[in-house]
Amino acid sequence: MEQKQTQDRPHSIWLTYYAIEAITAVIIFLVGLVMMLDGYRIGMGWAFDGPESGYFPFRTGAILCISSVVVFLRTLFGKHRNYNLFVSWDRFKRVLYVLIPAVFYVLFTQFIGMYVASAVFIGGFMRAMGKFSWLKIILISVSISAALFWMFEIQFKVSLPKGPLESLLGY
Amino acid sequence: MEDLFNLFHGFAVIFSWYNLGMMAIGLILGVIVGVLPGLGGPNGVAILLPLTFTMNPTSAIVMLSCIYWGSLFAGAITSILFNIPGESHSVATTFDGYPLAQQGRAGEALTASFTGSFVGAFFSVVLITFLAPLVAKFALKFGPPEFFAVYFLSFASFIGTGRDPFKTMITLMIGFGLAQIGMDSVSGQLRLTFGSSELLRGIDFLIAVIGLFGLGEILLSMEEGLKFEGKEAKINVKVVWHTWKKLPQYWATLLRSSAIGAWMGITPGGATSASFMGYGIAKRFSKNSHKFGTGKLEGVLAPETAAHASGCAALLPMMALGIPGSATAAVLLGGLMIWGLQPGPLLFIEQKDFVWGLIASMYLSNIVGLIIVLTTVPLFAAILRIPFSIIAPVIVVVCAIGAYSVNNAMFNIWAMLVFGVIGYIFKKLDYPLAPLVLALVLGDRAEVAFRQAILGSQGAMSIFFSNMLVSGIMTFGLLMLFWPAITLGWSKIRGTEPPEGRKTD
Amino acid sequence: MKKLIQKVSYAVLLLAAAAIVSAGAAPAYAAWEPTKPVEFIVPAGAGGASDQMARTIQGIIMKYNLMKQPVMILNKSGASGAEGAMDVKEATGNPHKLMVAFSLIYTLPIAQNLPLSWENFNPVAMIALDDFILWVHSDAPYKTAKDYASAIKAAPDGTFKMGGTGSKREDQIISAAFDKIVGKKIIYIPYKSGGEASTQLAGKHIDSNVNNPSENVAQWRAGAARALCVFSDKPMDYKKKITDTAWSDIPTCKAQGIDVQYQMLRAFFLPLGTTSEQAAFYADLLKQVVSKPEWKEYTENNALARHYATGDEFVDFLKKDMAKHVQLMTEAGFAAKK
Repeated sequence: MEQKQTQDRPHSIWLTYYAIEAITAVIIFLVGLVMMLDGYRIGMGWAFDGPESGYFPFRTGAILCISSVVVFLRTLFGKHRNYNLFVSWDRFKRVLYVLIPAVFYVLFTQFIGMYVASAVFIGGFMRAMGKFSWLKIILISVSISAALFWMFEIQFKVSLPKGPLESLLGY
Repeated sequence: MEDLFNLFHGFAVIFSWYNLGMMAIGLILGVIVGVLPGLGGPNGVAILLPLTFTMNPTSAIVMLSCIYWGSLFAGAITSILFNIPGESHSVATTFDGYPLAQQGRAGEALTASFTGSFVGAFFSVVLITFLAPLVAKFALKFGPPEFFAVYFLSFASFIGTGRDPFKTMITLMIGFGLAQIGMDSVSGQLRLTFGSSELLRGIDFLIAVIGLFGLGEILLSMEEGLKFEGKEAKINVKVVWHTWKKLPQYWATLLRSSAIGAWMGITPGGATSASFMGYGIAKRFSKNSHKFGTGKLEGVLAPETAAHASGCAALLPMMALGIPGSATAAVLLGGLMIWGLQPGPLLFIEQKDFVWGLIASMYLSNIVGLIIVLTTVPLFAAILRIPFSIIAPVIVVVCAIGAYSVNNAMFNIWAMLVFGVIGYIFKKLDYPLAPLVLALVLGDRAEVAFRQAILGSQGAMSIFFSNMLVSGIMTFGLLMLFWPAITLGWSKIRGTEPPEGRKTD
Repeated sequence: MKKLIQKVSYAVLLLAAAAIVSAGAAPAYAAWEPTKPVEFIVPAGAGGASDQMARTIQGIIMKYNLMKQPVMILNKSGASGAEGAMDVKEATGNPHKLMVAFSLIYTLPIAQNLPLSWENFNPVAMIALDDFILWVHSDAPYKTAKDYASAIKAAPDGTFKMGGTGSKREDQIISAAFDKIVGKKIIYIPYKSGGEASTQLAGKHIDSNVNNPSENVAQWRAGAARALCVFSDKPMDYKKKITDTAWSDIPTCKAQGIDVQYQMLRAFFLPLGTTSEQAAFYADLLKQVVSKPEWKEYTENNALARHYATGDEFVDFLKKDMAKHVQLMTEAGFAAKK
């Protein structure tokens, strides 16, 4: 990621529409291929009493492959190749501002539980994006998490991932 | 006449402070579970079920069914405001509800959705009141071929107007593929699981929907600058009145969706399929079908009316036949047994107080429910004024909770994140997402019904045209599928301009 | 971003330290009892027979206050229940998670090769046996199982349709065994639930089904279904009249010349890695549950045979039952190739 950033920054461009479109088509093609293979493995035919388990997956995969090839060819060799920017680095950075913390949030949920992770995530976001004061941040993020806890664990008895803090409190 | 007498008797049963109190508690709880994506009608009812063991069955069913009505009303709230469906049956509501909110017409959209819900519910209750025995018999006519025909009709009414046929095909097939993951219930074979125990349970469509729509939307709005569009959601009595004045012109949509919903609830096809079918058919028959998806009031009315009509109607087969028409009805069915009532045709004869008390409460609670949700609209609209830097992470948290609680699995949260990214890319590349969701919802059911039917006929396709009912639905489905071609052909023959919808496409 | 990670890692360290300290300071209990809410994992859908039973037990525990910690019920019905079983199996050493099991602990390992045999769990206790009955529509001309069997014999292969829950599970095992005795091919149509199989029979989309008593009782009472015989070695115990007959009046299939016997256990399991003391706590809890009048009422309403067993008796039962399933499923051709 770091490398790409320095490389791309001078032009302030990242990738064009047609490139992303083509890559997506290739990925879809591969997904279709995997589905066809799995369908073939478990039997893709029509037995005497109806379709076998792999009948529909195989055909679904085949249609995916065919459609993605059409999209791929049309994108690269069509009349109007779309050279427009898919997303500029500046704008994409903002997407990453949500996406990367979200990935860490999910990762940490596994270890410290959903409630603590949520409070930290909301707090961190408020600080980074909204420049709120620490007092407000702690007040809001902790009370949202506490409200969620009260609602799910206590009122509705729906168990969400919990970590050491909750077990300390006896949950 | 006897029905009316029974109904009055039912009203007499429920008009006590205790029962009315239970009704209010149920409705408010229902609104809460409806708004929270992780919780829904089934959870709400299941959680409170043990508390009702000591209550008398009529009060218990009044309270629990009110949770259901509350959640049916409120599922639309997050769909419209944040593009995150609070309930599975409000997915189709996002298609036009969210664009309306973006245009600053959230108040109108919410009013329309609640009112549509109410109309649908009312239609179904009237149907239950007067046609209960007849309708229960009709439900028995549905075997595998008929079910397949219904799903086919859903697909046919929904698909066919996409701008790019190949991209529509791709998203549709991805939806089917996702629906195929897990155990094939006809042969017991594991499919597309690649030995992973996480994939065993399959991908629930709620996870895909929360990721594609909810998280995907956050990513898009981040890219476009840190805010939600349409923050100015003015809502007051005037907006409600103003919206109500517009509704009579959509009488055809309301009636169609009510009928579809009631039908799907009774057969039972479920509220989710009903909402998609309602939306699809409304789009097909609308003069402005090309504007669907850009914020049409009709596009909010149609799915909500159908969903609520189906939810109410689903109680009929639950009581009369012991088949639950929805997940919530399934939990209620469990309750019935625990209270010592045996569902089945005899319930209507042996437990008059219970059955007619419930039916009477359905009239009353849907009126009270409409008032409750309408008065809370300003409260929900106020959420839109919270700064983006608070609401965005909260939505991510809510998405994560929603994804997790579908089957209490961490894997689902990761899957939700992936779907978020897919949603972001697909939206930018103009891949339509609605076909994906539709195929994911109905794909496996359609496949199972198809294969059950074919098993029964030992491989003969003629089973799908073997009686009046199934041939009728199949023919109607085929008609829907080729509707664009038919209208085009018709106008060619007549030598006139093609209708509005086609020309601008 | 960096700041956030830093903050989080501090928080983690702090919390971890606190957790260790508190765990060390906790007093040792004399006899084990749950310290957290207990989860009942139901590997079947909400509203089904397993779910209803679990919720009834939850209600009894709450009403009589048999346990300090609350019970939570989670439905994990994916992949014929493999999802729920997998969840419990993976919670190694967690004494706050129980599986509400039925025959899936035999059928899943045999048919799908999944490592979810009863040996992958810590057996707690079994509390009931569920019977299976051969049902036909009441308009059908067959009054007894014998009549029905001879009608099938007289018709060509594939004329009759039998409905049941799921594929390569208990219903299809019974159907296949029945098939073998009759000697003609019967089409088995798998439905999502017993409820669906029951209404499909009422709608005459199938000729018969092999539902549990509770799954078909509504149609029976309404006069839409007729019970031909019960797949058991002796008639059922319950003498209360349901229609003009009682459960106990239904003859056994064996007496009708169809020697198929099948009963399904209803049992509780802990994950492996839990102690026998912990299993004993729940076994005792369930023993208290089954002694309450509410349980008696529930079993009578659902014609569920009361059968409590724990410890060695339970394990012996499991061993025998597993061997029986291996035999039945291999004969029917449902066993996966190893």
